[in-house]
Amino acid sequence: MGRGRAPRFPCLGGGRVLPRSSLPAGDTSVLAGLYGPAEVKVSKEMYDKATVEVLLRPKVGLPGVFEKNREQLIRKTCEAVLLGALHPRTSITIVLQVVSDAGSLLACCLNAACMGLMDAGLPMKSLFCGVTCALDATGAIGLDPTAKQEKEARAVLTFAISSVERQVLLSTTKGPCSVEEEQLGLWGGQARYRRRVRQETGGGRVPWRQGEGNPWGMGVPS
Amino acid sequence: MKETPLSNCERRFLLRAIEERKRLDGRQSYDYRNVRISFGADYGCCIVELGRTRVLGQVSCELVSPKLNRATEGILFFNLELSPMAAPAFEPGRQSDLLVKLNRLLERCLRNSKCIDTESLCVVAGVKVWQIRVDLHLLNHDGNIIDAASIAAIVALCHFRRPDVSVQGEEVTLYTPEERDPVPLSIHHMPICVSFAFFQQGTYLLVDPSEREERVMDGLLVIAMNKHREICTIQSSGGIMLLKDQVLRCSKITGVKVAEITELIQKALENDQKVRKEGGKFGFAESIPNQKISAFKMERAPVDTNDVEEQAEEIITKADPPSDVFAKPILRMPGTAQIGEGIENSWGDLEESEREEEEEGNSDDATTPEGQKMETEEINVVSKTKKDDDTIVLSDSEEEEVVILEPEEREKKTRTHTSTKQENSSSKKAFNKKRKKKRATH
Repeated sequence: MGRGRAPRFPCLGGGRVLPRSSLPAGDTSVLAGLYGPAEVKVSKEMYDKATVEVLLRPKVGLPGVFEKNREQLIRKTCEAVLLGALHPRTSITIVLQVVSDAGSLLACCLNAACMGLMDAGLPMKSLFCGVTCALDATGAIGLDPTAKQEKEARAVLTFAISSVERQVLLSTTKGPCSVEEEQLGLWGGQARYRRRVRQETGGGRVPWRQGEGNPWGMGVPS
Repeated sequence: MKETPLSNCERRFLLRAIEERKRLDGRQSYDYRNVRISFGADYGCCIVELGRTRVLGQVSCELVSPKLNRATEGILFFNLELSPMAAPAFEPGRQSDLLVKLNRLLERCLRNSKCIDTESLCVVAGVKVWQIRVDLHLLNHDGNIIDAASIAAIVALCHFRRPDVSVQGEEVTLYTPEERDPVPLSIHHMPICVSFAFFQQGTYLLVDPSEREERVMDGLLVIAMNKHREICTIQSSGGIMLLKDQVLRCSKITGVKVAEITELIQKALENDQKVRKEGGKFGFAESIPNQKISAFKMERAPVDTNDVEEQAEEIITKADPPSDVFAKPILRMPGTAQIGEGIENSWGDLEESEREEEEEGNSDDATTPEGQKMETEEINVVSKTKKDDDTIVLSDSEEEEVVILEPEEREKKTRTHTSTKQENSSSKKAFNKKRKKKRATH
């Protein structure tokens, strides 16, 4: 639930909350700040659940259409995991500030948003994790590509994978790729997800079904 | 989100503390908070922390056509943004007065002081010049945004490297960072803003006000100075009237502070350069070492507790002695007892008619008080009167709503429980009956 005001770290005690999570993925760094559950404008209020608002601020320049698009993607993902019904007629505002961008920005934003929600103590159905896959001309997959790799890649896929049953919450692609390649990317993403969530939760156990072979027959690093 | 208003008692507390030369975080009147500068992986990216106020600065450049009336000068563009994460009151989109004021002050400080050599930004006169853009984002608001922003801007500008350019006749060649090392900007001097908050019409002065102090201040004086003791900008807002020697004193303090901060900036820049040259790790990932997500750290505020004991003793000796406690209960009738008499009435002078009434209705031995002090832990119980059903002759007051209570009938509501609730309720009923009767008569 929303707690007291603290500029950097979570703090318990009624009111608003402002946790921060800076998630560096190599040199990509996004700072997340969260306020909520807080009062909402009457025009935006929803009678049965919380209104989730995401603000993505680029480092240079004013936010444009690109940022708006990203905001909506992140918003939908967060809404899917948040138990908004517990806080009707309130607003939950997630502010993401890009501190440095060296590729895989959307995945980093998703991770930061999830950390922020966790930090704030907001009730969630599951955690989620963002992963970026880059498919190059030969069809090989690279996870968490740098800006250079993203530019040279044929297609860049970003997934948000939830912690429950490793379900896919968000899937967005840029560039042409076949369905099989997308599945492969998803598999790689889920594998990376296991490692990332382990890092996030500090070594907590993550269910990983034993004996599950790779259906595509290709070695994917886990 | 609406800004939570500052409560009156908090305001009074802050002002009283300032009158006694005390600040909430334990600083002296002329002390600055800790300044921390960290650099990012890109050139021109830095985060400056002034206490808990955090500003992110990024410088970027672009080749554009120059302005028509300044064909040989580059273009500077400053933009300070109050991110919604800095404070819940900062809403996106709506530009507040504060934002306009800060932006204007920043522009005056950096642009009008000519700290950056714009002539050196010219590539081809009248055709192509460099446009340097400084974006500042306020990440957390804990007071004194302008100081932190000015430090962030100048640090980012000093840290920034623009791509190298060579001109051969009409041809302009732009080199990538891999081909040729990027070139730093030509900066003449480093103007830094120092803020002074004034309280009680200029009587008390604080340097580097925190957010709470800013809320209760009367006025603000901002002086931008460089290390050569040249004033670049000076602005006084809030409508306070300052004396000449106050302003002079402030400028002297600014000189000292700016020298310290400039030294700190130089050291930080040198460190970063050294790390980059040696090939070590740099960037924000390295400069956030112990800030684990699960950590909650409160900085210890140095508060002077040397004379606390003496002060406490003083207060105790000066205070009134505790009143006598009547430990023995007086039994009036079965179910009704009284312990002690309570304290004297402190409501001030009542109307004369009321006083007469009091004297009339004084049936019991103890003068039952009318005040309701909670300090004593005596159990006061209303004693039942025998005059329940008599009507009371009131004063000639015109106010119908005025109800004058007989001392015996009034309930004394205290924290502690009353021994006979029944008594209270019955006397209340009697009181209500009387009230109705009174209303009927009027």
